Amino acid sequence: MSNATVTPTPARQETVPPETPRRRKSQDSGIPQSPIQRRVTRPLQYVALAGYIVFLGFPLLFLLTTAFKTPAELQSPNPTFLPTSLNFDNFIQAIAKANLVQAAGNSLIVAVATTVIVTLISLPAAYALARFRTKLRSIATGWILLSQVFPFILIIIPLFLVLKQIGLINNLLGLILVYSVWSLPFALWMLQGYVAGIPVELEEAGAMDGGSRIRVLVSIVLPLLAPGLVATSLFTFISAWNEFFFALVLIQDPALQTLPLTLARFVGAEGQVQLGQLAAASLLATIPSLVFFALIQRRLTSGLLSGAVKG
Amino acid sequence: MTSTVSPATVAEASAPQKRRRSSGGSPVNGSRRDAWLLVLPALIPVVLFSVYPLVQGILLGFTDAKAGLGQVVSFNGVDNYTRLATNELFWNSFRIGLIWAFGVTILQFFASLGLALLLNLNLKMRWLARTLALVPWAMPPVIIAIMWRLMLNPTYGPINGGMRALGLPGDINWLGDFSTALPAVIVVGVWAGMPQTTITLLAGLQNVPSELHEAAAIDGASTWQRFWHVTLPALRPIIVAITTLDLIWNFNSFALVYVLTAGGPGGQTMLPMLFAYNEAFRYGNFGYAAAMGNVMVIVIAAFLFLYLRSQARSRQS
Repeated sequence: MSNATVTPTPARQETVPPETPRRRKSQDSGIPQSPIQRRVTRPLQYVALAGYIVFLGFPLLFLLTTAFKTPAELQSPNPTFLPTSLNFDNFIQAIAKANLVQAAGNSLIVAVATTVIVTLISLPAAYALARFRTKLRSIATGWILLSQVFPFILIIIPLFLVLKQIGLINNLLGLILVYSVWSLPFALWMLQGYVAGIPVELEEAGAMDGGSRIRVLVSIVLPLLAPGLVATSLFTFISAWNEFFFALVLIQDPALQTLPLTLARFVGAEGQVQLGQLAAASLLATIPSLVFFALIQRRLTSGLLSGAVKG
Repeated sequence: MTSTVSPATVAEASAPQKRRRSSGGSPVNGSRRDAWLLVLPALIPVVLFSVYPLVQGILLGFTDAKAGLGQVVSFNGVDNYTRLATNELFWNSFRIGLIWAFGVTILQFFASLGLALLLNLNLKMRWLARTLALVPWAMPPVIIAIMWRLMLNPTYGPINGGMRALGLPGDINWLGDFSTALPAVIVVGVWAGMPQTTITLLAGLQNVPSELHEAAAIDGASTWQRFWHVTLPALRPIIVAITTLDLIWNFNSFALVYVLTAGGPGGQTMLPMLFAYNEAFRYGNFGYAAAMGNVMVIVIAAFLFLYLRSQARSRQS
């Protein structure tokens, strides 16, 4: 998708054993240090870590506290960091805004439809890529890499013209189509990594026991693939839910705007009074991706890690 | 995330062998034709809606295409490029784009390397830093931009508030001032892009064999020497891979800066993507905008070529 900030390197392996306390310890002791040296560097390391925690965490904390502040608190000349009371007015008002709910609905439709389409199409293709050693594999890899280098401006203009011709501008269907196509290579690559992690022997054993091809796939491969499939679909959902650029170009009708579009417009009109609502709406819009990401992050990062080692 | 890479790489290394043993192309009585059949539903939409538009887009860069119905499009050769060559606004935006892309990539790399090194130690509160480092990955870029607009708000933002508390001039309009807009936007870019870089480098660090460190320590190498002579060489392929990707992503990024500043003030943060977007969808000059896209591809490809070649060379020596 046009959003580079959510693009891990493809997953190649399904299961990675959970980290054990023993390993942590051995990693640290793998770098032996004299006690004196340790006494000097340890505090410095904690200072640095604290710096990172503040840099990374403070903006999030600030967004959170802003969402709970009343307009009066936000405008006070001596603002307190924490809100004086836990009031949900900003959230209620944000939800009460009809266009935000409508935008969330649009985002949900687009993200779910994209996820379903991408999963259905990429499942057989991923199996083929992982199990048959054809040229397709290198073509797919090549395309994934190439599609990263080209700026979206080159793709969006012709796409805009094509979609205009078939009447899919200002149409959620057009957005679903574009998102599906642009998440597909990546989902495919992720999924084929998970397929490759399933031993072929299991399938051969199933076939020897007299299972038909379809049966082997449905009762042996699919259950083993389920976790990878979930990770891939959730990742596709997040990409579609977060996407901005394609939506900006392809959707002009306010009634069809997705959540990122509506929020971006909201920014332009931000008065001081609305800061709290803006923060609340932003938090609400982040929740789906954040929850899904939390569910799959171990898989994503382990996949990234094995992909990275190849590089 | 702190899990190691070894099981994955082992599986990966053994996978091709397995496949080769059950030769004939397929594991269970299949054929090449089956492979194509399975891939076809994915292939057709990708060709129709991404390969074809991309080729079309490159070609558009050599035409005078404009928005609007009934426009006659004709090839005009290198006209767009000769016009671009004298378009100072575009080259200015290009210069800003390069400062942005290199600035974010380099700062991001050092910040992420530091964090990854810390996360690789057995420190308390490590889980918190790791969790926080992952959050921007899941956030929509538009929301990251909104959050930082609140942070950098001249009147109510906590950054100016903190500066006032320290007795510093706390009335800086970070995103609206000519001198601070680009640096401020770069900091946000670093914040937004740290997750992948940190996690990738951390994965690499955990893959450095501890035996090497032990051997170097026994030979009397200092912490710094071990980092320079053991960790860094082992990390090298990963560093090259992630900085390359970061550079491409940053150069082509759009949403973050579009929402933060929309290119302002006075074009100080007008990244090439924003410039080309305006050219295409504000002024309707499709052909001219596509030509800008082509120039962007060539420039970024040239940088990547030089970078990867220099890396390959120093690896040989």
